[in-house]
Amino acid sequence: MITELGHFALILALCVSLTQSLVPLIGAARGNLAWMAVGRNAALVQFALVALAMAALMHAYVTSDFSVVNVVENSHTDKPLLYRITGVWGNHEGSMVLWVFMLGVCSAALALFSGNLPPDLRARVLAVQGMIATGFLLFILLTSNPFLRTWPPAANGHGLNPVLQDPGLAFHPPFLYLGYVGFSVGFAFAVAALIEGRVDAAWARWVRPWTLASWCALTIGIAMGSWWAYYTLGWGGWWFWDPVENASFMPWLVGTALIHSSIVVEKRDTMKSWTILLAIITFSLSLVGTFLVRSGVLTSVHSFATDPARGTFILLLLVVAIGGSLTLYAVRAPSLKGGGLFAPVSREGALVLNNLLLSCGCATVLLGTLYPLFLDVVGGPKLSVGFPFFNRTFVPLMVPIILAVGIGPMLSWKRGDLLGALQRLGAAYVAAAVAVMVAFYVTHGGPILAVLGFGLAAWTGAAVVVEWAERVRLFRAPAADSLRRAIHLPRAAYGMSFAHFGLAVSIAGFSASAFDVEAIETVRIGSDLKVAGYVLRLADVQRLPGPNYIADDATVEISRDGGLVAVVHPERRFFPLQQQTTSETAIRTNLLSDLYVALGESDDAGNWTLRAYWKPLVPWIWMGAVIMAFGGMVSLSDRRWRIGAAARARRSGPLLQPAAGE
Amino acid sequence: MRRVLFLAPLLVFMVLAWYFASALRPDRNPQELPSAMIDKMAPAFDLAGLHGEGVARDALKGAPVLINFFASWCVPCRVEHPLLMRLAEQEHVAIYGIDYKDKPEDATKLLAQFGDPYRRVGLDQDGRVGLDFGVYGVPETYVLDGAGKIRKRFVGPLTAAQVDNDLLPLLHSLRRS
Repeated sequence: MITELGHFALILALCVSLTQSLVPLIGAARGNLAWMAVGRNAALVQFALVALAMAALMHAYVTSDFSVVNVVENSHTDKPLLYRITGVWGNHEGSMVLWVFMLGVCSAALALFSGNLPPDLRARVLAVQGMIATGFLLFILLTSNPFLRTWPPAANGHGLNPVLQDPGLAFHPPFLYLGYVGFSVGFAFAVAALIEGRVDAAWARWVRPWTLASWCALTIGIAMGSWWAYYTLGWGGWWFWDPVENASFMPWLVGTALIHSSIVVEKRDTMKSWTILLAIITFSLSLVGTFLVRSGVLTSVHSFATDPARGTFILLLLVVAIGGSLTLYAVRAPSLKGGGLFAPVSREGALVLNNLLLSCGCATVLLGTLYPLFLDVVGGPKLSVGFPFFNRTFVPLMVPIILAVGIGPMLSWKRGDLLGALQRLGAAYVAAAVAVMVAFYVTHGGPILAVLGFGLAAWTGAAVVVEWAERVRLFRAPAADSLRRAIHLPRAAYGMSFAHFGLAVSIAGFSASAFDVEAIETVRIGSDLKVAGYVLRLADVQRLPGPNYIADDATVEISRDGGLVAVVHPERRFFPLQQQTTSETAIRTNLLSDLYVALGESDDAGNWTLRAYWKPLVPWIWMGAVIMAFGGMVSLSDRRWRIGAAARARRSGPLLQPAAGE
Repeated sequence: MRRVLFLAPLLVFMVLAWYFASALRPDRNPQELPSAMIDKMAPAFDLAGLHGEGVARDALKGAPVLINFFASWCVPCRVEHPLLMRLAEQEHVAIYGIDYKDKPEDATKLLAQFGDPYRRVGLDQDGRVGLDFGVYGVPETYVLDGAGKIRKRFVGPLTAAQVDNDLLPLLHSLRRS
């Protein structure tokens, strides 16, 4: 019964979303306020209905209702409760429901917090959101219905892929989807602006918080995915350039460009058509990612069960959404008037450079991801590009952008003083030089690129501090004065500093991976494995029963210089239902380095393969991402998002900004 | 001229969409080999071994075997690895690995950690043999009959369903004939 309710709720949500896409749009065209107001309520009702459908599906999973095909295929009574709940989105159908649910969250938030928008813009934005929801609800109902019944009910289910039975599943997909789907708001604003033919500083100010929030969610989502891969695959890697990872990374790159270019629109009333294009592309790449993952055109570790009908449907959605918005762009964007001019060396110029490099980076990743597909379609030789391609193309593109992260914020709007900025960054050169020398000395002249990577990280981090010190006139004004300035500095400025500093922290983490030390040996119980000054003694391996697996649980005593440091328990878990083994690594971290222990195979004679890594600074990769997302959130709390709404009425010219004012 | 510039994103997308559409054509199932290669002799190869003896096509003749292209840098390979172990240990299938564009020491570590399902492993460091087979990416698995002809190709990680429904029945019928 509840399952059918969920199904009906989804069908009703489709009807409501159709209303949401048409009525406000017509209302806005005719100037009918009552029709425009439908958008808000429709969005709220649609969200409630999708939430109901989600709850119904969750109910079927939690109660193990094996008359529902989706539950039979993906669940099992032995599965712990956590994975019965999160297993809802551990499969294609359920994850699409999560997708639409997140879209509902965004639409409802938009409906609630858009009271300060002009009614016609608000109506159009909500209508575009409604269209996206319509497309995906149709997709679910026609090709991927999670509420299908089977008769007679199965005695038990097939279970969830053991690799997914991890707490990571509870957080990684929801954050990732919130990020993907959140970019739909920027997309809706872009399409609405094209329909209206009007983009101004007020528009940029409305869009930016939504883009920023989605960017934060996506940053967290990607970082969590990477961390999950790191601790669960038992291989110590944290990024594989897998097509699906790339699918999430591309919207992140363009989204990063977008949050920077929208600053230019807001402050300087220029780069409008470019910003609109970025907003469209960011969400388009989220859609392309969905297509790649679910159509089966590329093989990846994340692949869902594929079905050509689904691929065709999503492709149709892509053509309507992306093709439609880009057609609108081609027709309307040329008439958007640019505002203030600026010199190449200026804050704007630096942001243009940032945008160019991020877009090129994204194009590279897109090319590398789709290259095998292109060649295959035209019948050419079949090649695969992996790590080598990305390391040789993407990484060099990112070096200049990292250098620019330090300089850009030091330049003033309109016309900057590059030489002056470079002089004022003196401390950053010193920091970079010291970092390079220390890294060179400590690693005994390790790989030169990694050593330079530390230099880049130190450069960026120091430049952030220098920029902040300048704003508060540290040591140049009385301490009390500096303190007052530090307190009154806009939150957006702190947000930027945190985000850029987070980048520096992550870069240090990436660079340090060149210095990983690993040891792998077959050891007997009671014997040792040595890695990076630590001695790991395999004390015991016990067979322990888990809820739906059998674990070989190792007791490994870690000692250093004769003193016991820690006792850890890496495991191998065997899932009889799926006949699969997963590895549960043990990671001992002190935030400066990880000691990573994984248990391998045994040869029935009491010998176990033990694998250990010492990974310096690896936690910094994710700490950096968290700092970046935190920066985004700090910026989001800036008061100008809450008070800037009346700006459009003024139709102000370019705002004059003091040189280093903001 | 300015207008043309604004058309560019649309044009790029249309090209992309055309590729996507071609990739979805029902006759181009990425899980299937183009029919031209099926029942043809496998491309000849003679590779140096990872440990000791190498792998050569003509030395494999006599009984049906699996050729599995893998690499240590390939994540999907790790997904299918337990299945290969099961095939080797429980079903006693002869699996020969071809380590594709990989460092031998990395492959050695992989097999030491996760177990070695292969009778022997050949090193295809420049990807030459992969090219001859038309490898689309790793992992890929080929079924060769006793005469060295390709009978089936699996692209991407093997799944338990493929093994039970396609692979094992095929091997049984090849062994009987």
